[in-house]
Amino acid sequence: MIPSILVFGCGNLSRGDDALGPMLVAALREQLSPALRSRVELLDDGQLQVEHALDLVGRRQVLFVDASVMAAAPFEVRALQAAADDSISTHSVSPQALMHVYQNLYGAAPPPCTMLAMRGDSFELGEPPGPQALQHLAAALAWVLDALQSKNGFIQGPRSL
Amino acid sequence: MTFALETAANVQGLRRVAIDPVSRVEGHGKVTLMLDAHNHIEQVRLHIVEFRGFEKFIEGRPYWEVPVMVQRLCGICPVSHHLAASKAFDRVVGAPQITASANAVRRLMHYGQILQSHALHFYHLSSPDLLFGFDSEVARRNIVGVAQAHPEVAKKGILLRKFGQEIIRITSGKRVHGTGAVPGGVNKLVTIEERNALQEQLPQMLQWAQESVDLAKLLHAQNETLYRSFARFGSNLLSLVRADGAMDLYDGVLRARDAQGVLLFDGLDDQRYLEVIEEEVRSWSYMKFPHLKSLGAQQGWYRVGPLARVQNCDFIPSERAEAERQVFVAWGQGGLIDGSLAYHWARMIELLHAVEVIGQLLQDPALLSGDLTAKGERCAHGVGMIEAPRGTLIHDYDVGDDDLVTRCNLIVSTTHNNQAMNEAVRSVAREYLQGRELTEGLLNHIEVAIRAYDPCLSCATHALGKMPFQVSLLGADGSVLDRLEKSQQGGVSHP
Repeated sequence: MIPSILVFGCGNLSRGDDALGPMLVAALREQLSPALRSRVELLDDGQLQVEHALDLVGRRQVLFVDASVMAAAPFEVRALQAAADDSISTHSVSPQALMHVYQNLYGAAPPPCTMLAMRGDSFELGEPPGPQALQHLAAALAWVLDALQSKNGFIQGPRSL
Repeated sequence: MTFALETAANVQGLRRVAIDPVSRVEGHGKVTLMLDAHNHIEQVRLHIVEFRGFEKFIEGRPYWEVPVMVQRLCGICPVSHHLAASKAFDRVVGAPQITASANAVRRLMHYGQILQSHALHFYHLSSPDLLFGFDSEVARRNIVGVAQAHPEVAKKGILLRKFGQEIIRITSGKRVHGTGAVPGGVNKLVTIEERNALQEQLPQMLQWAQESVDLAKLLHAQNETLYRSFARFGSNLLSLVRADGAMDLYDGVLRARDAQGVLLFDGLDDQRYLEVIEEEVRSWSYMKFPHLKSLGAQQGWYRVGPLARVQNCDFIPSERAEAERQVFVAWGQGGLIDGSLAYHWARMIELLHAVEVIGQLLQDPALLSGDLTAKGERCAHGVGMIEAPRGTLIHDYDVGDDDLVTRCNLIVSTTHNNQAMNEAVRSVAREYLQGRELTEGLLNHIEVAIRAYDPCLSCATHALGKMPFQVSLLGADGSVLDRLEKSQQGGVSHP
C-alpha cells in the first residue's frame, strides 16, 4: 500500500543551509505520530532527478521541501503546476518539470504538489546550517506538522509567513 | 605551456563572450570566448571551479567515516566515491584482497551505478541534443521535450536508471548515501528475495540496454559526417583494464595508449599512479591539468571515460557488449575513433556491458553468503582507483596511528579530461563560430561538445535560485558590453 502523502526533502547535509530539506524530513521521521506514519512517506535526496517522477505514483498529495535563496524568510509555500521549463540538468530537475515528466509518462495529471521553500543564505562546504536557517527550519516544521493534521493537508494556496 | 587558442597573442581590441555556467552539466563551469572586431576567435578557455575544498574537509577525520562522507562530493555518482574510498582503506586495514562475497556485492553496486549514471546521461542529458539537433528550439531541448516527442525513449531511460538505483539501494543498504562498503569489505550481503526481484527485471533491462546501443548506432549512421568530425582531435587514452586486457570498471591495472593506439604503458599497479601521472597548475584555471609524466604537459594529456575505455581494452568480457565493441572499433576504419560524440556510443556499449555483468553477478552464490570483511597488517597509506561513469577516479590517503586521515588527494574523472574538454571546445569554436555572429544555437554546439564528456563539476548546492545561466559579452578590458541570463525556469532576459 503506497502512503497517500509524500514529503520529499532535497539538499546536501555538508553544505550549510542546503541541509534544511533533509533535516526537515529527518525531524518528521522522529516526530510523526504512529497514525500518520502509515499515511506519510518521507524521502530525501541530494537533488530531484527524473526517476523521482515514479515516486509521485499513487499519491494524494506531495510536498517538496528545499532551501532557497529566493524565498522570503522564514519560508514560502506555494502550489505547483506542471511546467515544461528549461531547468533540467543532471544536477537537478525542478519539481514543476518532474510533474510534467509524470504527465507525459502516464498520460494523466500528477497529484497535487506543493513547494515548501525555506530561506537559506550560507552554503559553505563543511559548515552546519546557520542559526537563522535553523529558525526557518523550526517554523517550517511546525507548519508541516499542522498541515498534516488539517483537513486539506498542504493545499492551502500561495502563502508567505 | 600553451596550446593553440589557449592564449591570444594580443588581447587588446578583443571582446569576450562568457557562457556561465554551462547548462546541463554538474555544478558550475564557464566558457570564455575572446573575439576580435570581426568575430574571429582568438582565445577559448573552459573554466571549471573544482571542489578542492573537500580534501581539507576530509583531513582530520577518522578513516572509517570517509567512505560515507565522500558521497556528498557528488549527487550524481556518490557510489563511485564511496567505493574508491573503500578500496583505498582496504589497503589501510591490510586487506588489498577482500573476500569473494565483498567483491561480488561491491561489483554489483558499482555496475548498478554505471548503469544508472549512463542512462541518466544519455537519455536525459544528451538525447535532447542528439534527437532534436543542436540548433533545435531551446524549449524542446530538454528531457521534457523528449518525453513529449518520444515518450517511449524517456520512459526507458527512467526505468533503466531506476533499476540501477534499486541495485544501489539493495547493496548499499539505503536509497541515498548508503554504507554498504566498509574498509576491508562490506557490511551486508544480498538476500535471496532481493536477488530474485532483480533477476526478474533483468530480461527487460537487457532488451532496453541493447536498444540503447542500437539508438546510439542509428544516430551515428544517420549523420555519419557530423559524428565523425564534431569536436574531433587525437589524444592519448588512459584507463584501468583487467590484467588480461579485458574491460574491468571496478578494478585493474593502469594502461595508456597514444593517439595512434600504441601502448605507452600497461600492467601498472594502481598504487604507483604517481610514477606516471602528474598535475599541472595553470594561472587561468582553478582545475589542474593532469598529464603523463613521460610525455610532459604539451604531449602527455589524455582522455578518460567510455571512449577511452572501450578502445583501451583488448575485449569486453560479456557477449553482447563485446559484439558491439567490435562494431564500434570497425567504425574507426583501422584507427582510433577520436570524435567527441562517439563518447555517447561508447557509453551505451558500457551500459549494455553493465547489465550483462549485473546478470552474471546475480548468479554468483558469493553474493548471498560468505565472509563480509577481511583484514591484515595495518598500513599508513592507500590508493583506491575505480573506473567511475565519467572515467578514472583516484582516491589517495595517508592515515596516522590515531586513525585520522592526515593527507588526501582526489583526482576525479573530469580533472583527467580537463585538457581534452578544452580541446573539444576549441575545435567547435574553430569550426562553427569563426567569423559568425553568435546565436544560442551556435553556443549550444559548445555545450554539446562539453556534455559529451559528461563533466561533473563537483556538485555545489542545488538550492532553489542557485543555478542561473549567464552569457556575458565583455570587452578586452573586462567591461561588460552585454549580458543574457537564463533563469532556473528557463526564461531568458537582459538583466
